[in-house]
Amino acid sequence: MRNLHASVAGREVLHGVDLEVRSGEVHIVMGPNGSGKSTLAHALMGRPGTTVTEGSITLDGVELVGMPSWQRARAGLFLALQQPIEVPGVSLEEVLTEAQPEDHSRVSVAERLREEAAAIGFDERFLSRALNVDLSGGERKRNEMVQLGVLRPPFCVLDEIDSGLDVDALGSVARRIESATVQWGLGVVAITHFSRLLVELRADTIHVLSAGRIVATGGPELAQELETTGYAGYAR
Amino acid sequence: MRKAEHLPTFTADIASALGGPDWLRERRLEGFEAFSKQDLPSEAEEVWRYSPIDSLDLESYRPSVVEDGLGPADQSLVDELVGQILERAALCIVRDGSIVSIERGDLPEGVTIEAARAEGSLQPSIGQVVEGGDALVRLNDAFAPDVLSVVVPVGTVVSRPIVVVHLCTAGGDPAPAAFPRTVVRAERGSECSVVEIVAPSGPGRSLVVPVAELLADEGSHLSFVSLQLLGDEAWYLGRIGARIERDAALRAFTVGLGGAYDRCRTDAAVVGQGATSELRSAYLGTGEQIHDVRTLQDHAAPRTDSDLLCKGAVAGSSRSVYSGLIRIRHGAVRSNAMQTNHNLVLDERAHADSVPNLEIEENDVRCSHASTVGPVDEDQLYYLESRGVAPDRAERLIVAGFFADIVAKAPVPAVVPLLQHEVAARLAATLDEVVPTGGEDHHG
Repeated sequence: MRNLHASVAGREVLHGVDLEVRSGEVHIVMGPNGSGKSTLAHALMGRPGTTVTEGSITLDGVELVGMPSWQRARAGLFLALQQPIEVPGVSLEEVLTEAQPEDHSRVSVAERLREEAAAIGFDERFLSRALNVDLSGGERKRNEMVQLGVLRPPFCVLDEIDSGLDVDALGSVARRIESATVQWGLGVVAITHFSRLLVELRADTIHVLSAGRIVATGGPELAQELETTGYAGYAR
Repeated sequence: MRKAEHLPTFTADIASALGGPDWLRERRLEGFEAFSKQDLPSEAEEVWRYSPIDSLDLESYRPSVVEDGLGPADQSLVDELVGQILERAALCIVRDGSIVSIERGDLPEGVTIEAARAEGSLQPSIGQVVEGGDALVRLNDAFAPDVLSVVVPVGTVVSRPIVVVHLCTAGGDPAPAAFPRTVVRAERGSECSVVEIVAPSGPGRSLVVPVAELLADEGSHLSFVSLQLLGDEAWYLGRIGARIERDAALRAFTVGLGGAYDRCRTDAAVVGQGATSELRSAYLGTGEQIHDVRTLQDHAAPRTDSDLLCKGAVAGSSRSVYSGLIRIRHGAVRSNAMQTNHNLVLDERAHADSVPNLEIEENDVRCSHASTVGPVDEDQLYYLESRGVAPDRAERLIVAGFFADIVAKAPVPAVVPLLQHEVAARLAATLDEVVPTGGEDHHG
């Protein structure tokens, strides 16, 4: 993304964000409440109500700004939601089949679902349930990883994937992401408030988002610094 | 008020020409007398509010004259519908209220399924549970050519459903009017389920005014499913009355898919201590259809439970009305009553009215009602779209999901595949006419 400005309800929240993620890289964007983290996630995915007013988002050379969400997804972007919602009566298999209507791979969606569920410890019985219905917070996040594994997008955005997760669940989510970066070269933007994600998920680059701008970028050493000083040093 | 008298096509002569045993002919004449003294239903009445009943032109209909047997098209429709029901104990074919055939499968001994006018039949206990009969019930009293009577004797369990297919003739001027009448009695401690499918015979206008009476005697379990699939020029004015005695349970599910005007009024009275009723309704509006569901959960005894769930979706310029009353009568202490109505509005030209009512004469009771009217949830749409599902497909999945649960939990499991098929078929046709609200169609 280059010089990304985005507003919500007419108020600009992102004031020019630059970020480049290559295949196989993990970037963690950290920031305090109100820094624009969720707006960044939704600007990338094109959520209605989040408007990109300036700048561009390109994925493998394809401009995403102006595209509806579903076309961005088909172009290769995946968003793991902070709070995956319930969709009563709709199964995972239906959704993923509709998500890739041109996919005619020999391995069926149902088969891949079972493999992915096993890989992340998502109870196979949940596969036949309606999407996220009667699932705990941790199970919902695992469910997002199952979908990621079936769809195998080139890039994904994780919006507060660590919120509401116990250490075990966070660990298995992080392992899945890391293996995906190797398996198919998944490029990752993980957005979080807490540094505990850094403990679980090995990042190539860390960015600090504050008041709608990236104010610091560095390697894992930046995490150490944040651990001791907090965000206070970056407040504007 | 419009009086019901002096209609050239609904006369005492025509009623008495319908024939049958003496008691039935007398009953028709009494019904006709009552009908001709009554006002026709009016939108000014609460129970007809939001309905189009003022535009009912009875003079444009005549009581159907039943010809013998089914045509090849009728037979193949019956085969297609019945073929999707996983199992059955018996099959009755009824044409415009006249019983054409009764095929008893392996019914337990003592179970009665009979046409009231057939030789040797007993006089069924009709007229007991549809109280406060309005002019339309009286019209059914006067012009029902026969009565289908099901009686399950004390302690008998009929594990597979008794299937009734009502074929209703359409087309002609005046257009045919049919008055099917069904009575189901589950005697003490018995169990049975009845499925009624209302299907058209031919295209064109028709009026169908069925009355079904359900009697669940002490400790019995009675399940009832009604599926209405009439053509798009039909007026269907259905009435179900149920009386549930001590420790008995009724589970009823009405599904309205066809018709220009589809109305189903269900009055379920829990009259004995420990009685329960579970009422379910679903409707799907398309084109200019009107779906109209009225329910009464009538509690007349202590420790009675009732639970109603009604789900509907309206597309095109269709509209729907749900209006329901929970009545807890004096003495019905420690009763529980729930009433829930959810509506999806799929087009800005479509409209849904939801009117829950409570009338409570006791203190020590628990009642709740909830209702929602609105479009498909934006967050759900975004969620599916963020996976790469095109907006029109996402909406279709969500709407299908909205109905999936209520259909899957139908009180008669054997009929679930048929219900799923009919709902899915209507849904596909319905959503094809919805103008996509965004994005391009990738499935062209």
